[in-house]
Amino acid sequence: MAPPAQSQRSQSPSQPSGKGEVSDLKVQLRQLAGSRAPGTDDSKRELFKKVISYMTVGIDVSSLFSEMVMCSATSDIVLKKMCYLYVGNYAKGNPDLALLTINFLQKDCRDEDPMIRGLALRSLCSLRVENLVEYLVGPLGSGLQDHNSYVRMVAAIGVLKLYHISSSSCIDADFPSALKALMLNDPDAQVVANCLSALQEIWSLEASTSEEASREREALLSKPVIYYFLNRIKDFSEWAQCLVLDLVGKYVPSDSSEIFDIMNLLEDRLQHANGAVVLATIKVFLHLTLSMTDVHQQVYERIKAPLLTLVSSGSQELSYAVLSHLHLLVMRAPILFSSDYKHFYCQYNEPSYVKKLKLEMLTAVANESNTYEIVTELCEYVANIDVSIARESIHAVGKIALQQYDVNAIVDRLLQFLEMEKDYVTAETLVLVKDLLRKYPQWSHDCIAVVGNISSKNVQEPKAKAALIWMLGEYSLDMSDAPYILESLVENWEDEHSAEVRLHLLTAVLKCFLRRPPETQKALGAALAAGLADSHQDVHDRALFYYRLLQYNVSVAERVVNPPKQAVSVFADTQSSEIKDRIFDEFNSLSVLYQKPSYMFTDKEHRGPFEFSEELGSLSVGESAENVISAQRVDANDNDLLLSTSEKEENRAPSNNGSAYSAPVYDGSISLPASQSSLAIDVLLGLGLPPAPAPALVPLPPPIKLNPKSALDPTTFQRKWGQLSLSLTQECSINPQGAAALMTPPALIRHMQGHSIHCIASGGQTPNFKFFFFAQKAEESAGFFLVECIINTSSSKAQIKIKADDQSTSQAFSALFQSALSKFGML
Amino acid sequence: MISQFFVLSQRGDNIVFRDYRGEVPKGSAEIFFRKVKFWKEDGEEEAPPVFNVDAVNYFHVKVAGLLFVATTRVNVSPSLVLELLQRIARVIKDYLGVLNEDSLRKNFVLVYELLDEVIDFGYVQTTSTEVLKSYVFNEPIVVEAARLPTLGPAAMFMQGTKKMPGTAVTKSVVANEPGGRKREEIFVDIIEKISVTFSSSGYILTSEIDGTIQMKSYLTGNPEIRLALNEDLSIGRDGRSIYGYSSSAGAGTVILDDCNFHESVHLDSFDVDRTLTLVAPDGEFPVMNYRMTQEFKPPFRINALIEEAGSLRAEVILKIRADFSSSITANTVLVQMPVPTYTTRVSFELEPGAVGNTTDFREANKRIEWGLKKVVGGSEHTLRAKLTLSQESHGNIMREAGPVSMTFAIPMYNASRLQVRYLQIEKKTKTHNPYRWVRYVTQANSYVARI
Repeated sequence: MAPPAQSQRSQSPSQPSGKGEVSDLKVQLRQLAGSRAPGTDDSKRELFKKVISYMTVGIDVSSLFSEMVMCSATSDIVLKKMCYLYVGNYAKGNPDLALLTINFLQKDCRDEDPMIRGLALRSLCSLRVENLVEYLVGPLGSGLQDHNSYVRMVAAIGVLKLYHISSSSCIDADFPSALKALMLNDPDAQVVANCLSALQEIWSLEASTSEEASREREALLSKPVIYYFLNRIKDFSEWAQCLVLDLVGKYVPSDSSEIFDIMNLLEDRLQHANGAVVLATIKVFLHLTLSMTDVHQQVYERIKAPLLTLVSSGSQELSYAVLSHLHLLVMRAPILFSSDYKHFYCQYNEPSYVKKLKLEMLTAVANESNTYEIVTELCEYVANIDVSIARESIHAVGKIALQQYDVNAIVDRLLQFLEMEKDYVTAETLVLVKDLLRKYPQWSHDCIAVVGNISSKNVQEPKAKAALIWMLGEYSLDMSDAPYILESLVENWEDEHSAEVRLHLLTAVLKCFLRRPPETQKALGAALAAGLADSHQDVHDRALFYYRLLQYNVSVAERVVNPPKQAVSVFADTQSSEIKDRIFDEFNSLSVLYQKPSYMFTDKEHRGPFEFSEELGSLSVGESAENVISAQRVDANDNDLLLSTSEKEENRAPSNNGSAYSAPVYDGSISLPASQSSLAIDVLLGLGLPPAPAPALVPLPPPIKLNPKSALDPTTFQRKWGQLSLSLTQECSINPQGAAALMTPPALIRHMQGHSIHCIASGGQTPNFKFFFFAQKAEESAGFFLVECIINTSSSKAQIKIKADDQSTSQAFSALFQSALSKFGML
Repeated sequence: MISQFFVLSQRGDNIVFRDYRGEVPKGSAEIFFRKVKFWKEDGEEEAPPVFNVDAVNYFHVKVAGLLFVATTRVNVSPSLVLELLQRIARVIKDYLGVLNEDSLRKNFVLVYELLDEVIDFGYVQTTSTEVLKSYVFNEPIVVEAARLPTLGPAAMFMQGTKKMPGTAVTKSVVANEPGGRKREEIFVDIIEKISVTFSSSGYILTSEIDGTIQMKSYLTGNPEIRLALNEDLSIGRDGRSIYGYSSSAGAGTVILDDCNFHESVHLDSFDVDRTLTLVAPDGEFPVMNYRMTQEFKPPFRINALIEEAGSLRAEVILKIRADFSSSITANTVLVQMPVPTYTTRVSFELEPGAVGNTTDFREANKRIEWGLKKVVGGSEHTLRAKLTLSQESHGNIMREAGPVSMTFAIPMYNASRLQVRYLQIEKKTKTHNPYRWVRYVTQANSYVARI
């Protein structure tokens, strides 16, 4: 059976285009096509293998299409599979030839062997040729009803394939509802899982155009469906469990006992050896408990050990994926991990992308008790042969110093780095010493003594050079030869390629001049002359500005260049907390690895069903000042909450061992009363969710009606928000359950949509959430209402600001909006 | 949901290429390979396992020198895709016995057949070798294990004269033996990777054991298996002080920080008598992974010294002592130490009568390497290296060298003292008693001594 060795060798891609071989194959296939001699199948297998191997290395063998099809009339299943693979690969490019295969595929779909039926159906759906769609519908319909689960499994995915070839034929054949029935009734778990995958994709894509589809999509997140999946979770394969857990993560439970039921049911998934299952479970836990600070913190404690185990078992690649998630959690709540710092020590053989994450984690968890050890460890890395890690380590030490722990010892260490006389160490350290001095001017004396000894010739990197020059200017009184060092730097103006350095040099020279005029006069003159002649616009402008300023009034120049400085208390964070929250919302996805929300790296059409719009990012930019302040406040709140609960934690009875959550513990699994669950499913099979309450049912009958399909693009929104004056500000209470449900903001967005009020942007973090909504009057096209709504979940209060095109109706709209809001969370 | 799956050789050739959804443009394999190969111009940094080029996400894992790659445009769970790639590699290995470029090229049709059943339209269907058996019809063309270099995983269990059937783990789960009937046997391997960092004074700064109990079953009829571990095994330390190092628990107890289990494992009696019950599926899989930070005796002690010996000269003395029983032998021991970057030449001096030692100065990354084929328990070995420097070291030489790192494998030794007390196989027939192999091995993960 084993093929001769040389035939295998010939697959090497180094061989020529293969044209000769392809025509050879063509002849040979023809000869075999009609042959019924014994052993024909074996020779066919060899030929088919060659064809497939050519295909793999990229040689075009599509010219063999008809011969391959002719040879496929066989009962040999291995041959059939190879033929299907070939056909699937080339059908799209050869739609006419693909027609040739329909016949035998359709016949195979009726074979008595379920394996053949399944294979044929899969291949039939994989042809990706639009004008063959009519041949698919029949076999798919019977495939979904096949008594063999393998065929149903293939058919469920087949429906999805059909949808992608021709969505209308898929919808017209009413396949989605067939899938739904199958999903809720099939005994085979993989069939159920495939139906769920297919339906999620189809309904998400349909939702933009069809209201029914978006209702159906919502219905997937309804209690009966979620419980149906949860009760069967152990029947599913580990991969399908991930799918189910992903769905459960989007579910909004009605009360806290439900949350505890779900968590107790899923508790043992945290012990799964498959990291994907564990992370999916963690996501569910984190999102369910967002509004319950105590429990949320218990979850952090509980998931620590499983995460660390996953990081250290398994391959390096998997370990990295899990570590990135651990990194996210550590950055979110460093205090909770401060005693685990040794786990974040780098190992010498780890790749640098892992080391970088660990260094950031070490920096974040440093506090009074562990700083000494962490900094000692970091200093070991500075001697690392890996230059980039050595740099990052210095950076980490500096950052810890800026966090105010044990500054004294750290400054000493940083200064020791300067004595190591390695260029990159010196460069990196200088930048940090500069930042340190801006925050702790009291250290200037110690630092300047050491910095003064550094020869500027040994500093080449622009950032470091700029830092050194800044210090020379700022502390020119303390460094006796500052004017002369600056002067020699000015002399080499022409050789200085970085504009940043030249800008700093101008400023430093002027600062120095104002403090030690006689010694610096010459250097200043040379610097201004060089600056005025500089080809870089900014450098030129700054030189001119200084020149005029000095001409005008020296004491004004003094105030401009050397104003009394306040120490910097907090350096700006690179990432806004809004972005961080968005990444947290997208836990267990690529966003965590890239440290970017998904809108920054995916195309529009490939975004998940419930993701926020890209425009949110741009919208919030417009009012960044306000956002930054509120975000900081929120951050502080968050930390306070974590702190206060950790104190509470210690007072709690020791019986709480972390594996069960402090709440009514359920024995065994959640068991819905049978009648209730079947009833619920009946409802589902009928109409999905009860129709969204019409505005007319609102207790305060509003005199206006809203247009359920109004649309507004974010730029227009932003412009209007800027133009219109505030017509109404109000504060109202919201239902506490609604506040609890707000931990997944999309839930509120969906709810409001049910009332024809659309969300254009949202963000925030417990306990403060901010939403921008708009709505439009039904009668005429012009009248828009714009709303800014800030909800505080801990006080259950909402602040509403309304702007309207037609001010006269804003009162009525406000009533409508508040009544809609008050209904949120009442199930 | 993934869009494409492919396997590339080290040179970047497509060995297998499967496009499931047709969403990612052709040429993705080339884009991927170029990106991985030239991640950073200096070539120092490795490409991370996941990256994004033009809104296409590329995932890869390296197995047996091959690149297993998946692409997608969707924001999926990275651990799911990476785990899947790893699992696909394992399934292929179960089928082919040996996973390498040669075996993959010889069996690519079989691999396509597997891939069709593992993933449909980007959605994972199954990765169980057991389940796949009923869908897959190609017979594997077995590549002879003998032709392989002895570096494979099988070799690490070889222990002196006590020959373990090391080659058996390179046997295909599905192929029939030349003799006709399959040999009934089961392998349980306890593999521990240890990480230790010694301070310059020889004090242990951190230590950790990451262990796996791995099983590979060639039993027919899927009998139930009971695996009994140490009776006094305890799991979970007081959440707070994971790194407490308080050896208050009796000397004999094994305390794991945490562990996880394969889904086939039933833990019904685990809390009572530390027994795992499972119906072993075909193929290789981890029964249990565990992690331990409890104090343990490190198998090797390292002493390293570097000092200046006149101008432009320095001397390094490396000493290792094997702190384990003399009935045990460590294999493939390698000691490495970075030396000052301005080292130009190194001459080595081994102890008289040293056998199986190799020494090398890696000019490119300025590192000395000392290999020892075998180290018997209780023995001590020393290497002296004389360095020639191109510049003065200003008394800074200690900071320009080290740390010393070590890799090794010690068969039939386990640092954690976790044991399989017994392995019971439910009997289907009276006559036959399957072969059972329980093997231990300890490997260095990160074993470092600072100087």
